[in-house]
Amino acid sequence: MTTPLLELRNVRVHFPVRGRTARRTGTVVKAVDGVSLTLEEGRTLGVVGESGCGKSTLVRTLLRLVSITEGEVLWQGRDVRRFDEQEMRELRRDVRMVFQDPLASLNPRMTVGELVREPLDLFAPQLDERSKRNAVASMFERVGLRAELVDRYPHEFSGGQCQRVNIARALIGKPKLLICDESVSALDVSIRSQILNLLIELQADTGVACLFISHDLSVIRQVSERVLVLYLGKTMECRDAEALFVAPSHPYTQALLDAAPVPDPVVERSRARAVLGGELPSPLSPPSGCVFRSRCPEAAPRCAITAPPQKSVRGGEVICHFR
Amino acid sequence: MSLLEVTGLSVSYRSRRGSVCAVNDVSFEIERGRCLGIVGESGSGKTQTCLAVAGLLPAEAAIGGSVRFDGRELLGATRSMFNELRGKQIAMVFQDPMTALTPHLTVGSQLCEILKVHEGMRGPDARRRAIEIMERVRIADPERRFDMYPFELSGGMRQRVMIALALILRPALVLADEPTTALDVTVQAEVISTFRAVIEHTGTALLLVTHDLGVVAGLCDSVMVMYAGRTVEQAAVAEIFDSPAHPYTRALLDCLPRTDRPRGTRMVSIAGQPPDLASLPPGCAFAPRCDRAESICTTTVPSLQACGIDRAVACLRHGATT
Repeated sequence: MTTPLLELRNVRVHFPVRGRTARRTGTVVKAVDGVSLTLEEGRTLGVVGESGCGKSTLVRTLLRLVSITEGEVLWQGRDVRRFDEQEMRELRRDVRMVFQDPLASLNPRMTVGELVREPLDLFAPQLDERSKRNAVASMFERVGLRAELVDRYPHEFSGGQCQRVNIARALIGKPKLLICDESVSALDVSIRSQILNLLIELQADTGVACLFISHDLSVIRQVSERVLVLYLGKTMECRDAEALFVAPSHPYTQALLDAAPVPDPVVERSRARAVLGGELPSPLSPPSGCVFRSRCPEAAPRCAITAPPQKSVRGGEVICHFR
Repeated sequence: MSLLEVTGLSVSYRSRRGSVCAVNDVSFEIERGRCLGIVGESGSGKTQTCLAVAGLLPAEAAIGGSVRFDGRELLGATRSMFNELRGKQIAMVFQDPMTALTPHLTVGSQLCEILKVHEGMRGPDARRRAIEIMERVRIADPERRFDMYPFELSGGMRQRVMIALALILRPALVLADEPTTALDVTVQAEVISTFRAVIEHTGTALLLVTHDLGVVAGLCDSVMVMYAGRTVEQAAVAEIFDSPAHPYTRALLDCLPRTDRPRGTRMVSIAGQPPDLASLPPGCAFAPRCDRAESICTTTVPSLQACGIDRAVACLRHGATT
């Protein structure tokens, strides 16, 4: 068996809470609490969950943007925490991110041509001027931007175009992994499908692996082969996308699917919905046992006592007492 | 007579690059107890339309046309008339519940303030009414939440407080501008079902502005689709989804990612960018992105034509076979 591109083993990220009382009592927010995942080269994993479930924190551990409290983050089989400066530089070349806000993630004082070229200057300084310029031009073409736009500044572009610039900038250094953190959430509907199609195409062409973070299951469904469902920093279900969407196993996944509005009045008004009651609990004091039990329609007494075990289901794992 | 009749509404602003028409000749009506959804992407004029009805447009906006509420003309109405109407007859729910609530007042005092101003109700009576409406919008534990500040509540709870504020005086019309956009899907589903229950119970009419066709499918009776400040299609909700007449409506529906469709199916997307309102193309504003456009579309602005009962579409190619 080959080493997976990325492997997270039982990762925990706990943040200390500010304030004197909190420090004395040792209160921590468990943003990510024991999550494992593997991603093979060229594959796509979708990470889904509500705000505050730890999905962004989880992927940021890879680039050491947040430091992990416990567990291991393995990049091509090697622990990223032991990486030295040189290895971190290589990692940052191989793992690129595209963020949610297309404009805020571009330096307003650089032209889009400079922005797309910057990774080459940093990671491939040996290239001569001409080949860099050619690389930028061909990248522009691939993401669907006209070549004559290179000297424009980000503020002259619409959100969708800025996101194309971000994608070009991410892919020009031929990374091994592309992390899309809510990359299409801020875009209008018509533009969102353009960008999603572009990402799917580019992934097929370049064979880059992709971690796709979104709160929107319909977006996740379009792009992912495998889906990880998080709730309050814990894995609920991790399965092949087809199995998960056809027959969700965890009550939380079911609830997320039920909650997503379907653009069809007949379906939308007739279907039975398991609407989640209650609120997302405070991450400072998550429920005992299974963290989802306070909103789970199937919760039973034992859910409050013991944390549910991980069980195998078709195409993956689910973490629930009743499956 | 309809509760709200908007005829030929236009809103424009002067800018350095000339006049920008944010809303262009828009007409619609809402009956009592019904729900109209206005759908469109950013810059389509949907929020401007909503603000025009509420009398909340900035002073520099040039407004034309007519907005009649319950027989009374609202355009050019005096401030005191609006003060009497707003809150009592017309209420509004905004997108961001954090910025729309007063941060230094408790939820209870914000609810009671409305009762005091409009009905002169105070003390325990007002408190009882406030708690009653909090229960109706399904705020759990209303007695305790009455004394909380907005920052102590989650986003979904705050949006419920906004809805409670809008509904406490049982207004005839509620304007809701993207009321669930800032919320998680699970919370959104709950807020929508609350909305639906409350509207059915009180007989309030709703003008819902949204970009989410899924929300429209669940709540609205009829739909108006806007593009670049103009109405491109108006129809009952079933018709819009069953047989969209305007190419833009059809494209909008086709390009939605859906959880009930398998992976890998390439999504239909609308090529190009939404138009720049300061330099609209001559002819149909959607023509540059339209797959059915012909030469006539680039020269003539299509007008809204009736096609069937309570249905209208603004497309020169409507009815053409190819």
